[in-house]
Amino acid sequence: MYEGVVQSLIDELGRLPGIGPKGAQRIAFHLIAADPADVRRLAATLVEMTQRVRFCSTCGNVAQEDECQICRDQRRDLSVICVVEEPKDVAAIEKIREFRGRYHVLGGVISPIDGIGPDDLRIRELMARLADGEVTEVILATDPNLEGEATATYLARMLKPLGLRVTRPASGLPVGGDLEYADEVTLGRAFEGRRLLDV
Amino acid sequence: MPARAPGEYPPPVHVTRLALTDFRSYASAELALEDGVSTLLGANGQGKTNLVEAVGYLATLGSHRVASDAPLVRYGAQCAIVRAQIAAPGRAALLELEINPGRPNRVQLNHSPVPRPREVLGVLRTVLFAPEDLALVKGEPDQRRRFLDDLLVATAPRYAGVRADYERVLRQRTALLKSLRGHPPARALARAGGRRADGRPDGAPAGGAADGAAADDPPASGAARTLEVWDEHLVRTGVELVAARLKLTAALRPLVGRCYAAVAGAESTITVGYRQSAGRAGSVAGAGPVPGQVPGEPAPDPAGLADGMREALARSRAEELDRGVCLVGPHRDDVDLRIGELPARGYASHGESWSMALALRLASYELLRSLGGDPVLLLDDVFAELDTGRRERLASLVAGAEQVLVTAAVSADVPPELDGARFEVAGGTVTRAG
Repeated sequence: MYEGVVQSLIDELGRLPGIGPKGAQRIAFHLIAADPADVRRLAATLVEMTQRVRFCSTCGNVAQEDECQICRDQRRDLSVICVVEEPKDVAAIEKIREFRGRYHVLGGVISPIDGIGPDDLRIRELMARLADGEVTEVILATDPNLEGEATATYLARMLKPLGLRVTRPASGLPVGGDLEYADEVTLGRAFEGRRLLDV
Repeated sequence: MPARAPGEYPPPVHVTRLALTDFRSYASAELALEDGVSTLLGANGQGKTNLVEAVGYLATLGSHRVASDAPLVRYGAQCAIVRAQIAAPGRAALLELEINPGRPNRVQLNHSPVPRPREVLGVLRTVLFAPEDLALVKGEPDQRRRFLDDLLVATAPRYAGVRADYERVLRQRTALLKSLRGHPPARALARAGGRRADGRPDGAPAGGAADGAAADDPPASGAARTLEVWDEHLVRTGVELVAARLKLTAALRPLVGRCYAAVAGAESTITVGYRQSAGRAGSVAGAGPVPGQVPGEPAPDPAGLADGMREALARSRAEELDRGVCLVGPHRDDVDLRIGELPARGYASHGESWSMALALRLASYELLRSLGGDPVLLLDDVFAELDTGRRERLASLVAGAEQVLVTAAVSADVPPELDGARFEVAGGTVTRAG
């Protein structure tokens, strides 16, 4: 235990995801030794974040205005929506620079253990976006784990009557990896989803 | 990347060195072992079983004595470390395991970290005999399910993943059922009986505005509507587990009969069946009275199993919603053991129960051998539980194994057939005694 504010700082940092007690201590002492101007800038950014960050009224992504940059971008393909769990998934898919459609952030996945059902996710908003018929394809890009699959199955069932094209990204072998190191589940999925080689 | 894949470890395999740090009563201990029989002798409470438990943990990533890892770590220590040098023909493997209660364990194989501990399942395979085995016959069904599943993982490590997936689906579905308990929408869903292939409760008006978005489907809340999704996942993972258990039971059946005769010293009609909670009114697969050979056992058909499970779910819907528990699936199944016409549980004598328990373990050993080489046999304090006849017959059955580790309080308990290296265990130290 450290005295007063030092211990409070360590406790606060330790509450952040991915930071254990040792890491919290290291960051705390780094901040104590750092230039006070740097630390103040960090603190100001944190405060500014709490005041300015909002969620896009359309897709649920983090935004600084009523709509996020992607939803405001007129060059985006309005016929495709990619459904993801979290804003960070939007950032991951944006990195491909291939996907030109728009997103819909659910804000989580269906997980009864955590008390999260479909009503706690932004599914109603998704259905509202699909109402005008402009969207023709929905890509369900939730994580390929149990809860992500369950959420995708649930959404697929809800979307079926709308007659849209509903797709899910392929699961399979990592590019540049070795077949022998893939785990059985991944390998099994990759075999299930094998494609005809057209040469 | 670490080398892995169980197939890469051609048996027979044995442990040549075992080292413990902060494991159970041991601050540190190390012993060199050889193939053949090694006997660990010591009074009660000196730590013999802890050594065997450590070897078993390396093979199964679980203890045969406790469900949680906390008791495995020496009081006051943060984590326990078990290291074993494993010899197989032409190669050696160093398996190191750090047991962290409440956090994921860490595993290294030949000094390379393994991303997920379960990837080392299969490097070392063991069959453990312990006084607790009597519960396989006399205990609750969960003991027998665990026996089957542990053996399944030993025969094909990929089932560790299937088992974990099923348990996760089960927890999610149970949580959902609990949350729906007693809600009025649940009643409506119960009437629908899970037969909502068209996404609409029976009797709901076809067409209409509720079609499509379905968000205004009147009776069921969103949470209730996800039940069907979890049903499907329960069926998918459950069927995989049940199919594997049925196959395993069929493979064990003749072996158990043979081993029972060998250990009991008498012929009896032994039946090993698998009782499915999803089956038609308690049907038992392969419960035919023919000893050792059930004719024409059909291979489990996944589609048929899935249909059976869906039907059972539909039948149990109302009760599941009422009680808030998951009533269908492999977590409710049982292994049906019979000696003659009578179920072993409740009817078998103490001696017969022991013969059955030993037969199940010996059959596991035979099965693993037939699938590629001897597993290491761990005999934890079992001889003291047995009469002279069973003791001698068991000893002669295991004496030829690649490696046998025996624990006993006094050397008089160990049959002379199991002669080999001896270690004295006292006060948390292990010394070679010839």
